[in-house]
Amino acid sequence: MASGFAQWGNDLYTGRRSYAIVAKRRAYFVVAAVLVVLSLGIIGVRIAGDGLNLGIEFRGGSEFTVSGVSDTSQQPALDAVAAVAPEEVPRVTSVGGSTVRVQTAQLSNAQVEQVATELAGAYGVDAGEVTSSYIGPTWGKDVSQKALVGLVVFLLLVSLVMTVYFRNWRMALAAVIALFHDLVVTVGIYALIGWEITPATVIGLLTILAYSIYDTVVVFDKVRENTAGVLDQTRSTYAERANLAVNQTLVRSINTSVVALLPVAGILFIGAFLLGAGTLRDIALALFVGMAVGAYSSVFLATPLEVELREREKPIRDHTAKVLALRAERTETSGDDEDAALAAAGVAAGSRQLQPGAHQGNKAQPRRRRPR
Amino acid sequence: MATSSTRARPVRTLVTLGILIVVLFGSLFAGTKLDPKTEDNPGGASLTPGLALDLEGGTQIILQPVTTDGSQPTAEDINQAINVIRQRIDAQGVSEAEITSQGQNNIVVGIPGRPSQETIDLVSTSAQMRFRPVLSVGMPTATPTDETADEAAGEDAAADEAPDATESADATASDDADAATDEAADAPADESTDAPADESTDAPAETTRPEDPSDLSQITPELQEQFDALDCTLPENLVGGDSGPTDSAFVACADDGTAKYILGPVEIEGTDIANANSGLRVGQNGVVTNEWVVNIEFDSEGTKAFRDVTTRLTSLPSPQNQFAMVLDGLVISAPVSQVVIPDGKAEISGSFTRDSAATLANQLNFGSLPLTFEVQSQEQISATLGSEQLEKGLLAGAIGMLLVVIYSLFQYRVLGLVTVASLGIAAVVTYGVISVLSWTIGYRLSLAGVAGLIVAIGITADSFIVYFERIRDELRDGRTLNSAVEKGWQRARRTILASDAVNFVAAIVLYYLAVGGVRGFAFTLGLTTLVDLVVVFLFTHPLMQLLARTKFFANGHPASGLDPRRLGVRTARYAGRGRVVGATAAPGTADDTTQDAPAQDAPAPERSAPVRETVGAGVGRGDGPRMTIAERRAAERRAAAPADGADGSPTADAAGDENEEKH
Repeated sequence: MASGFAQWGNDLYTGRRSYAIVAKRRAYFVVAAVLVVLSLGIIGVRIAGDGLNLGIEFRGGSEFTVSGVSDTSQQPALDAVAAVAPEEVPRVTSVGGSTVRVQTAQLSNAQVEQVATELAGAYGVDAGEVTSSYIGPTWGKDVSQKALVGLVVFLLLVSLVMTVYFRNWRMALAAVIALFHDLVVTVGIYALIGWEITPATVIGLLTILAYSIYDTVVVFDKVRENTAGVLDQTRSTYAERANLAVNQTLVRSINTSVVALLPVAGILFIGAFLLGAGTLRDIALALFVGMAVGAYSSVFLATPLEVELREREKPIRDHTAKVLALRAERTETSGDDEDAALAAAGVAAGSRQLQPGAHQGNKAQPRRRRPR
Repeated sequence: MATSSTRARPVRTLVTLGILIVVLFGSLFAGTKLDPKTEDNPGGASLTPGLALDLEGGTQIILQPVTTDGSQPTAEDINQAINVIRQRIDAQGVSEAEITSQGQNNIVVGIPGRPSQETIDLVSTSAQMRFRPVLSVGMPTATPTDETADEAAGEDAAADEAPDATESADATASDDADAATDEAADAPADESTDAPADESTDAPAETTRPEDPSDLSQITPELQEQFDALDCTLPENLVGGDSGPTDSAFVACADDGTAKYILGPVEIEGTDIANANSGLRVGQNGVVTNEWVVNIEFDSEGTKAFRDVTTRLTSLPSPQNQFAMVLDGLVISAPVSQVVIPDGKAEISGSFTRDSAATLANQLNFGSLPLTFEVQSQEQISATLGSEQLEKGLLAGAIGMLLVVIYSLFQYRVLGLVTVASLGIAAVVTYGVISVLSWTIGYRLSLAGVAGLIVAIGITADSFIVYFERIRDELRDGRTLNSAVEKGWQRARRTILASDAVNFVAAIVLYYLAVGGVRGFAFTLGLTTLVDLVVVFLFTHPLMQLLARTKFFANGHPASGLDPRRLGVRTARYAGRGRVVGATAAPGTADDTTQDAPAQDAPAPERSAPVRETVGAGVGRGDGPRMTIAERRAAERRAAAPADGADGSPTADAAGDENEEKH
């Protein structure tokens, strides 16, 4: 299979085999739009329903302090809370040598009473040793607000950097749109699964932003390379060049995604089943979904989008029209070769590429006439 | 190895990296000897990186607000206080503290490790910095028995002011808040006896104020009584907290208990400070002394106020020419205003240590807390995530890494080992840098940081994959391995730099704008991005240059991962000097199927980069599409062929090309 994969990579590089990703871009746009709408719908349903499953770090909650315990192990507390509120995942911390602190999401008054009794029983102390109070969020509004401000500035700055680097703002726009797609879809899938949203999740999402932009820049750099000087020739259109770029980076995209996803998948699937609920599982899920979506979007959404936007530029639009007209003319006059040959080679229209030649060896060189 | 200056020097680069790593770990090791991490010295160096609150536990400090008037602080006050505390802690390093409100108005601060006294001060003191003019200075002890004696003692320093002051105090005690006109009339009357010349310059400025803050008439009998009763040698009077009223006079102790003051109303608020930093005092002739000071810069409003105040005070007699810097109700410094300071830069000196100066600068930078807090309890807490979480998480991550190694070997054969080695070097460098940073700037690795590092595996490995794929691309174009490595590097380098630059921008922006955990994440992201660049530039690329010289790789051994034959290079390659290499497979053996033949031989020696197309530029017909040589030949043949050539299949045509070209 490895050799098959290598061969496949070769064919993608030379253009012998080519997937018409850019030509079928409308289909991918529809897929992306459907995904985004579905995700927004899921998020909307969640919010309208019982709200997003936010962790105590965001909402605050109840805190129980059990003093005078002889054993500060955490398991009794976990069991005690599970007996009252089974869906809760409390944060249990030992404070000093003889105190246990248990934090849960906000419970009703009756539940608070119950948990306090359970805790007293579990640790074998008087009910009077268990105090409860309300705790505020550690991740307050100001933290979210600052993170959001940081995010907006980051997007602006990244757009600026990309605009300068690619010398084209449409590329930056395409990358940012793809980024939003990744973010919305990831949050949607996360909301669908319904795990608790913790600061770890938010940080996972931020990591995805960085990864998604990174991946898109790598693909766009190949597009830039392939489309440099595209207007100086009349053999292929901008879209075809971009499509070749995507196909040529496909092997890289697959390899990178696999390498990046394997450790995360290890944590998600092995860790989550070993550990059950927890911060690690939350962050791994956010990362896994986000990185997979990010890798997908940089190939199937960002580049087609970029082509769609670039084709609105007049020089490129004119160039595309000119190439297509010339091609039609040639097909008419010669009635055969190029298109037919390419079609025969299995290169679909819209992603047509010419084959690079190769050195034929010195036999191909003109022979030197030997004096007799 | 290579001596020519034009040739690459991979060995030299590798040695540079080796030296860097040795220096990194050497400094860390030296740190553990010179400044070891112990119970008493939590900020010391250790061979393992510090862990954050969620992984290692730390200290929980419960703060209770102290209000002088017994009123309940509002929820808004508490939120604001949490905000300020978080900023102060963040400015100290990347330790990811956890701050929350508890119950009605307590604040719980979780700090990893064991906080020093400075850290506790940092989170608990209000740091209301105010600038007030000094009206009177006294000995620190209280003298309740003999008021007049005390008064005399207090006013001694003030030379002949005392009688004047008491008189005017009596005269205007009832209407302190006089209108400006009253004041203007008052001031010359009061002070003409002392310094008429000076006063005349001040008069216009005073008319704009409702009251001259240096006016001794503010010392009311009650205030004087309060002043007399104050004993600054008692420790409870040196706690501070109440900053006093802003618009009237106020009695305060020096923070070290050596003097007590009567101070005028607030002239400049701490909020007018634009920037504060700490450092060693630089003497007048540029000599650095060993006295720690806090340097402050006012904003435009503060600068103007400061200029006005120093203008007025400079001309006044002692002690009225003194200027008190009051922090939380205690006078930390009361310098004499000797010259007018127009640029809004001031220096606070006092009994500072390096740490306390840094703490004050930090506090001033982020404004004051709306409340002062008292530390109610300070206890060790365990990790919020069990150590079990980290262990199993690391185990799972290790299994994931193993899969990465297997996949790399599968995809890239022996070349996969380069990936694995590079990732290993990246891991070593990251570990070293994190350990050094947790020693020098108090960096703490949290679970989110661990997640960032795991994602970094992907981003780092991507650099190698981009590079390897470029090398393969160049090989497919028919280059030798040596030139493919160089050419591929030139192109891959650009991509790697561009994408890493974007990541780095993300890291910097989030680090400076976000707070708390996001900041820790941004730091990790920036760090791994830099490590990625270091490893690719200083390890992977030079290693590839070296490997390209080995027979195993250069001859394209099937297991090397760079076998040109596997990469689809089927035709002969001209190796120079009349030699031809490659072409082990008969041309077209695999491609002679009718489907592939035209494609492979579709005669277009055109490469992927369109710029190279200009090769065929000379043979275009008119302004039509440029044709390649082979296309032109085919066209000529077609033209020369009899009429039935029209239905000759393109395959046949192409096959003709093939035959022709393979002679």
